[in-house]
Amino acid sequence: MTKVKTLPELIKMKETLVSQRACYSKQLHVCGGTGCQAAQSKTLDVTLKEIVTDKGLDKDVKITMTGCFGFCEKGPIVKVLPDHTFYTEVKPTDAREIIDEHVVKGNQVERLLYVDPTTREHVPNSDKMEFYKKQLRIALRNCGEINPEDIHDYIENDGYQALGKVLTQMDAQQTIDIIKKSGLRGRGGGGFPTGLKWEITSKSQADQKYVVCNADEGDPGAFMDRAILEGDPNSIIEAMAICGYAIGASKGLVYIRAEYPLAISRLKKAIAQARELGLLGDDILGTGFNFDIQLRYGAGAFVCGEETALIHSMEGKRGEPSFKPPFPSVSGYQGKPTNVNNVETFANIPVIINKGAEWFASIGTEKSKGTKVFALAGKINNVGLIEVPMGITLREIIFEIGGGIKDGKKFKAVQTGGPSGGCLTEKHLDTPIDYDNLTAVGSMMGSGGMIVLDEDDCMVSVAKFYLDFIVEESCGKCSPCRIGNKRLYEILEKITQGKGTLEDLEKLKNLSNVIKDTSLCGLGQTSPNPVLSTLQNFYDEYIEHVVDKKCRAGQCKALLYYVIDENVCIGCTACKRSCPVNAITGDKKQPHVINQDICIKCGACEEKCAFDAISIKLEHKVKVVE
Amino acid sequence: MISKILTDTAQTRSAKNPETKKSGDPVTQELKPAAINSFSAAEKDKTKVKIKLSEDKAHKILEICASYNNDPGELINVLHETQGEFGYLPAEVQEVVAQGLGVSTAQVYGVVTFYSYFTMIPKGRFPISICTGTACYVRGAEKVLEEFKRELNIGVGETTEDGKFSINCLRCVGACGLAPVVLVGEKVYGRVSPESVKTILANYEEK
Amino acid sequence: METIKLTIDNKIVEVEKGTTVLNAAKQIGIDIPTLCHFELCDMGIENKPGGCRVCVVEIDGRRNLAPSCATEATEGMVVQTHSIRVMNARRTITKLIISDHPFDCLVCAKSGSCELQALATKFGIREIPYQGEKSTYRKDTSPSIIRDVDKCIMCRRCEMMCNEVQTVGALSAVNRGFKAVVAPAFEMDLEKSPCTYCGQCVSVCPTGALTEVDHTISVIRALSDKTKTVVVQTAPAVRAALGEEFGLEPGTSVTGKMVSALRRLGFKYVFDTDFAADLTIMEEGTELLQRLKKHLSGDSDVKLPILTSCCPGWVNFFEHNFPDLLDVPSTAKSPQQMFGAIAKSYFAEKIGVKREDMVVVSVMPCLAKKYECQRDEFKVNGNPDVDFSLSTRELAAFIKQANIDFMDLPDEDFDNPMGESTGAGVIFGNTGGVIEAACRTAYELHTGKKLEKVEFEVLRGMDGIRSATIDFDGLPLNIGIAHGLANARKLLDDVRAGISKYHAIEIMACPGGCIGGGGQPFHHGHSEILKKRAEALYAEDAGKPIRKSHENPFIIQLYDEYLDRPCGHRSHELLHTAYFDKSQEVVIE
Repeated sequence: MTKVKTLPELIKMKETLVSQRACYSKQLHVCGGTGCQAAQSKTLDVTLKEIVTDKGLDKDVKITMTGCFGFCEKGPIVKVLPDHTFYTEVKPTDAREIIDEHVVKGNQVERLLYVDPTTREHVPNSDKMEFYKKQLRIALRNCGEINPEDIHDYIENDGYQALGKVLTQMDAQQTIDIIKKSGLRGRGGGGFPTGLKWEITSKSQADQKYVVCNADEGDPGAFMDRAILEGDPNSIIEAMAICGYAIGASKGLVYIRAEYPLAISRLKKAIAQARELGLLGDDILGTGFNFDIQLRYGAGAFVCGEETALIHSMEGKRGEPSFKPPFPSVSGYQGKPTNVNNVETFANIPVIINKGAEWFASIGTEKSKGTKVFALAGKINNVGLIEVPMGITLREIIFEIGGGIKDGKKFKAVQTGGPSGGCLTEKHLDTPIDYDNLTAVGSMMGSGGMIVLDEDDCMVSVAKFYLDFIVEESCGKCSPCRIGNKRLYEILEKITQGKGTLEDLEKLKNLSNVIKDTSLCGLGQTSPNPVLSTLQNFYDEYIEHVVDKKCRAGQCKALLYYVIDENVCIGCTACKRSCPVNAITGDKKQPHVINQDICIKCGACEEKCAFDAISIKLEHKVKVVE
Repeated sequence: MISKILTDTAQTRSAKNPETKKSGDPVTQELKPAAINSFSAAEKDKTKVKIKLSEDKAHKILEICASYNNDPGELINVLHETQGEFGYLPAEVQEVVAQGLGVSTAQVYGVVTFYSYFTMIPKGRFPISICTGTACYVRGAEKVLEEFKRELNIGVGETTEDGKFSINCLRCVGACGLAPVVLVGEKVYGRVSPESVKTILANYEEK
Repeated sequence: METIKLTIDNKIVEVEKGTTVLNAAKQIGIDIPTLCHFELCDMGIENKPGGCRVCVVEIDGRRNLAPSCATEATEGMVVQTHSIRVMNARRTITKLIISDHPFDCLVCAKSGSCELQALATKFGIREIPYQGEKSTYRKDTSPSIIRDVDKCIMCRRCEMMCNEVQTVGALSAVNRGFKAVVAPAFEMDLEKSPCTYCGQCVSVCPTGALTEVDHTISVIRALSDKTKTVVVQTAPAVRAALGEEFGLEPGTSVTGKMVSALRRLGFKYVFDTDFAADLTIMEEGTELLQRLKKHLSGDSDVKLPILTSCCPGWVNFFEHNFPDLLDVPSTAKSPQQMFGAIAKSYFAEKIGVKREDMVVVSVMPCLAKKYECQRDEFKVNGNPDVDFSLSTRELAAFIKQANIDFMDLPDEDFDNPMGESTGAGVIFGNTGGVIEAACRTAYELHTGKKLEKVEFEVLRGMDGIRSATIDFDGLPLNIGIAHGLANARKLLDDVRAGISKYHAIEIMACPGGCIGGGGQPFHHGHSEILKKRAEALYAEDAGKPIRKSHENPFIIQLYDEYLDRPCGHRSHELLHTAYFDKSQEVVIE
């Protein structure tokens, strides 16, 4: 690759690439995201390419392995251009049929088309899919569209034009002003205005400053950063360089989870290619601006998503947060001013520069501009990665994009914001989603995990699940988080065991409020949110667990009751003999009874009963003998 | 100093632990997901796990340190690469890393025990990782985990006596569409049910 | 000086810019409780991880409560330190910390001086509603220090002391979350770690997680054994601090009462380590002059600078960290060990007691002395020169236990011959004191002239590293002084690199010297206490009729009767030692 020395050269390169692309009559995009790769999409890609080469179609048909399409539920995905035919659950063995029928003959392979869950009909192309209709893809613009391992694909799609623009036509303050004007806020959770952060860092005086990309996605239900890094790594490189120019930094660091090998390898490739083209390194595009990027690996600590912890980790220390101020924008990595933004935030930057602050600010709500990527998962039909304009409602996301609840079950709640967020209910479904509204109803945007829960989910157990995570991931530095969350978990455990008291509910409330009020970092301050939001929205379920010893979702094993139907039991004594704790009494040939105080819910009796007389009940009413 | 370390640490290994993996063993080069909950088991065993650290290995570690300019700030990168080389980070290895970077062993150990990715006990030849991210959790990952524990009779963060399997939990592999997800080495199994656990394990029957 | 005004609890206070809310409150008499926060401000020692969250306050306009120890006061800030919200948070946090702490206060070594216990008392905590799992760890006993990690509250003071102030690196925070704790690598025994037993971790630990090994019971046993002659020696720094344990003002010297008390406790002979300090000066001073002379005559085999070797924490430190420099420190034993060696030879012979029937007890401001007296090279046929070493704190507790009304005791004098000391011996307890004492003697021995002004003010003070050039009648002698092992490391790095400009260096492991030793009464971060102790020793020196070691009549007598001459044959046998490379100890259980 020869270096691109000026902006006009870059523009020319783009034009050439676009015209080359036009030569292909058909293009096949095969999803190479982690989900689809797990389902053999790599083999599929290779097979398709072999067939096309065999048939001598390679001048006419371009096959590209792209990043994530977002529609992970039905992977692997193959999309055919220009008609946008969207094939789902494609196996390597389907490759020949797609080429023979669709590419050569122009007939869609109907059996591989997506079937709309409501109409039960095949959907001919992606534009007609409910999943995509309401989406607006800015951060994910190139995911599923380009080959992330070839920088030319990125350049063809306006890549590095924004960097060229700021370097040649703007000064640092003008660049910051655009970002400020766009209203972009941090997508990692806190929602701090990005332009303002840049401005503060730019004003800090130092001989060296740093741009850090936080790619330590630790929310256990979110994978948008991974999708962006795997699907469009160059957008992050370009944005970091723009940020470096704006704040006066020549060094960039990406702190990335070591558990993301594919993202790491693609990012490394992209950095190497950008260096080869001179888009990273010294004197970028002949403007005298120098910028380069190094990788730092996370090692499995959720708290390192917090920026001060992240910086300590990059310095080779335990990833413990420290008190702010000083903020990293004043004293960060190696004590130097450091601007930390998350992957999704950066992904928005080049588009904002290219299309203008006004365009970006026209999307979204009054205080939350642009779009947000959500990882939609749980009990929902269309699990996947979606990007929607701020202000969309949960109802639209869950019932339109998400295709409603799986298996026709009833919607119960949606958990947003991951371990720092909360559970929202039916009554919040029509709330427009933005930073402030989510916080107002006791949850938060977080990094964008969105887990849908149905009637089979016990809300106390959900709170316990998150607290388990928090206890595991607390760094242990401050006492409210280190000990307080452990105690919260223990009380929740007690409640799900059926041993909770009303007093425990008060303890939960007070402890949660103190932890929120006094913890050192953002992780600790938001850690009780799952408890507080479920207490607020599902208090009746807590009461049921504590007072009625009942779990309506049937998830708490200790609150299930094995009951013998006296009308069916013939008194064979098989159950009685199988019981390891002698909880069953009854004379031979007489109906038997299980003593609920002794029963350990092992299920041995149910297994042994040949007459289906034993069943699991959610409630156990003691029969009053008259 | 290194040679002294070598002789001092050449102690017998506990019988419970599997054979030492040689560097370059394919297992060590596979995707290694974050291990959570591994501390408890590590705590129990960390003083027992002993391997003889050959001179080559000690030099390999020092080479890794040197490739990072022996900069203490690169401790985590050095540990990543060292664990990549050995599969895990036993005490002796940490001693040499500390010496290479000029930091206290206590500090190295403090870092190793902070990050769940680092482990002081060797993983099995077929490391099983169960995703317990939220999406997998609500689709029944817990029951799958219980089944693996029951089948293999080991806990999270532990390795079977024959050194074949180890169980770890990880949070979200980004394959939520396939939830619940289980990884064995790099192979991903999607929509796993407790019933399919036996079938998965059967794939690793050795001749 | 730029100042700002803020309001705390409805009072307006004007403070220097950069002051924390905690310190601003202190200026108007508001004492916000803290637990992890710790500082010895004059020495630049500070620990404020902002971790315990006990010191939180409510600041107008802030969403969350703020830790006052880490929050800088700003102009117009409005702070409340005892609103209902604050008090509830503070109490809840204290209860949480106690919920993960053993309830064995009644039998805890730290009972009475435990900062967590004090908080519980202050907040009137009567129940712990948040019961749950407690973290449990193996108890670890070393020759000097006991780690009972169940009582660790993760204040990180010890970690800061061990790593930043001392650069020993024996301790680090390990694990994370609920299991997080401060421990040596691999949670191995302290004994197998690079710990120097300086005891600074013990001196700052707010709870009973780190305490000293108590030798009191062994001493009581020896005292009640009729076949034993029990001899006691007291280090210089002890007399300047012991009174604090009985409510006396810091800096009150209690030498006479201490001697009385020891006699009442049953010690047959009450001697003074100061005597041995004078002896140390004779040996170390002579060695310095010999090495200096050879060096000046061009002998390249002789290493300079010479380093003092009185401090056992320091000796451990260089054995672990500078094994290549083992020939640099003086070979002279520490005063404690010189005392033991002379007591069990010269004095035992003098009074006709067999070595095995004599028990030597030392009272030291130090925890490393407990380890030092157990070192094999200080034993004869397995019998140690010094049998037991009590800390200042242990002696105070022993006196109280023995129903002695300390305040009512008359002043008594030490016994002879090993109770007589000079002012030079007394100042051994202060940083700079050993080298000042050495200069007093070395000057006269080297120049043959009388030293008119014995005080070397240039060698005094509390700066971590100090240097001075003393004119030895035309020979400019470069002296370096360091206290705190991080400072010592800097000087030693220079020696290793061959760029040290000093002829002699004095090193004491503890900040302030022995007066700030790990066995002294807890100063709880009040650095003025250390200064007052130092002043007390200098005052005692000034009041002494004899202030140069070589003028001590009993030292002269000792050489006449027994040792012949400093650095002579017998001296070498009894008063000098060797050092060992401990760096290669890679011991993992």
